[in-house]
Amino acid sequence: MNQYLPYILCLVLFLIGLYAVLVKKNLIKIIIGLGIIDYSLNLFLVLIGYKKQGIFPILSKNGQAQPIVDPLPQALVLTAIVIGLAVTMLMVAIAIRLYEKYGTFDITQIRKLKG
Amino acid sequence: MKEKNNNSGMTLIVKTVTRLTVGLIMLYGLYITFHGHLTPGGGFAGGVILALSFIHLILAFGKDFIIEKISEKITSVFESIGAVLFLTIAVSGFLGGYFFKNIYGKGVPFNLFSGGIILPCNLSIMLKVGLGLFCAFLTLLLFISSKE
Amino acid sequence: MNNIIPLFVILPLSAAFLNSLLGRFSKGFSDILSNIVCILTTFFSLIIIFNLNLSSNNIFTYRVGGWVAPVGIMLVVDHLTALMLITVNIVALCCCIYSISYMERYTDKWKYYALFMLMLTGMNGVIITGDIFNMYVFLEIAAIASYSLVAFGCESEELEASFKYLVLGSVASAIILLSIALLYSYVSTLNLADISLTLANIVNVNKGYFIKFISLLLIVGFGVKSALVPFHSWLPDAHPSAPAPISSMLSGVLIKTLGIYSMVRILFNILGVEQKILYILVVLGLISMFVGVILALYQWDYKRLLAYHSISQVGYIILGLGLSTPLGILGGLFHLMNHSVFKSLLFLTSGATEYMLGTRDLRRMGELNKKMPLTTFSALIGSMSISGVPPFNGFWSKLIIIVACIEAKQYFAGLLATVVSFLTLSSFTKVLKYGFYGKAEANHKDTVKEVPSSMIVPMIILSLCCIFMGLLLLPDIKQYFLDNVVNVLKQGTIYATKVFELR
Repeated sequence: MNQYLPYILCLVLFLIGLYAVLVKKNLIKIIIGLGIIDYSLNLFLVLIGYKKQGIFPILSKNGQAQPIVDPLPQALVLTAIVIGLAVTMLMVAIAIRLYEKYGTFDITQIRKLKG
Repeated sequence: MKEKNNNSGMTLIVKTVTRLTVGLIMLYGLYITFHGHLTPGGGFAGGVILALSFIHLILAFGKDFIIEKISEKITSVFESIGAVLFLTIAVSGFLGGYFFKNIYGKGVPFNLFSGGIILPCNLSIMLKVGLGLFCAFLTLLLFISSKE
Repeated sequence: MNNIIPLFVILPLSAAFLNSLLGRFSKGFSDILSNIVCILTTFFSLIIIFNLNLSSNNIFTYRVGGWVAPVGIMLVVDHLTALMLITVNIVALCCCIYSISYMERYTDKWKYYALFMLMLTGMNGVIITGDIFNMYVFLEIAAIASYSLVAFGCESEELEASFKYLVLGSVASAIILLSIALLYSYVSTLNLADISLTLANIVNVNKGYFIKFISLLLIVGFGVKSALVPFHSWLPDAHPSAPAPISSMLSGVLIKTLGIYSMVRILFNILGVEQKILYILVVLGLISMFVGVILALYQWDYKRLLAYHSISQVGYIILGLGLSTPLGILGGLFHLMNHSVFKSLLFLTSGATEYMLGTRDLRRMGELNKKMPLTTFSALIGSMSISGVPPFNGFWSKLIIIVACIEAKQYFAGLLATVVSFLTLSSFTKVLKYGFYGKAEANHKDTVKEVPSSMIVPMIILSLCCIFMGLLLLPDIKQYFLDNVVNVLKQGTIYATKVFELR
């Protein structure tokens, strides 16, 4: 059971983020919820590359070769973090403009489009 | 002689410590970028730290001092230069063989100037990511302050 | 010949970066550069179609950076890729020519062109890549560019629609990333062909359940991007609020490359799913068709009505592809091409009427056939194509889908498809009667005249495509192009063996 504990943490974080996106009514809380979903997925990607008795995949100048963890998911996570950053910046910019137009952050009041 | 307004920004202690440390933060960001092929880090992480050093300046001294020197237009031009530089490196590989080919010499391992095109690519990514983050911060700041 | 493949990504990307650097300094620079790049990519995609039959195995490959797959990224072009490339690039060229005079009403035209070229880069990249994480990166590039373009005018409705689209699109991308992570943990490789070969060699008791779980996650993730019915709620708000050329790009090509092409490529060629999962696609397609057209019958806003009809026609495509018989796949893919062309045409005409009249409400337009004859002609051709009136292209693809339903013994699906086609016809009769041919209101200004010529030319090009695209089904031309496209999906996982020989 102990070896599955990090994956259960990823699932709990994903569910907390999904709850924030679905239930909360404040725009900023929805943005934070999407950020938590991104963190949980990045953590899951890094955890996949773990091998038993592996160390960090960096070769120093006078070192010898040792068993390493998988470095490919770490490169994927670097890209995914930057994509998450770009989406968060865009969302915050749109939220600031929405506050200027509607005067509130409440999504039940921002409802001009219907039908 | 222009009279400096000492009331904007934060207190005197914060301003003094900022003067001492902001150069070190910028140097740390450059170090992480330049050694991207030897130690962890690379363009993205170095760019974010470089942007943080500029934001530190604005937070400590107030917006009005900094806008004259580092305006939004100059930042945007440098950011686009970073992007065009990255594409130039990739296209120069395309003309010489394959797209993104390693056209520089590989050099001796663990030296600073080794590893082919990784070093120029890291530099252009640092320009793009760091200045892009700072330009977005400046745009939002100018938008909010123009509405008050 | 292999060396022109990365040009589909290099040319729009350099146009985007050069627009953001130099576009602010001179007035017409971004217009000229973007249009030249669109003409070049259309020209190269035509070259690829005419040369694809001469290559070995009908596949072109290209190694990025010279690294051999599976260590490096590989770009793969086969017949399905060629079909998507020609569709995307012709629609992009028409929208780019249209934007020259339409976007004069907005500020900062160089920013618009930079984002437009980024969106084109993302779509071309999704189509030509052979690596699953590369597909995710290009998908995000196109999606982020489209989120910003929907909010381009900064009115209050556009911002609200863009925020809704953003949140739903981000959750969908998160689900796609989760399924990529699960797939990587199982096969330890990212190359599409290599995933398929490794999956065939793994012997494990739980492999069937695992593939079904990943397929369901991918159907949900890509289903949000292509607006299938439980996940469609962003589309009726986002597509009307965007500027008109962006609406036609979004509705015409973006929901098809990001949603339908990616889903079909991974499900058919890589994972090799079985009939039970594809039956879910048939059910979702039927629900989408029906709900889309019923909700469209209430609408009086022209662009919102067209957006609901997009949901309905995407249901047709998914129905055809879900049947997975050769005739069904032919109908689905041909309807994909046709829908891109006539839906873009209809959105461009809606932009032309909004440019002249300033309103999108159908009850306030009218008598446009005397004042704007060419726009009315294009709208007439588009409406007849989407309703399935012979001899336009919509009729042939809908006929093939209905015959495929009956051939696969799904009689209820065929009946529902016919009924939905009649309801579409009635909805567009309403559009033509109130919008273009009926009586005008009393306060119609006299300044209404024909739109500028750079907005007329793309509409004429797309109308000619609508009229003549039925000729692709003639037996000589069909065996040259469309039969090969159907074979790509029909052969399933043999695709991986063929690609791997050429690495």
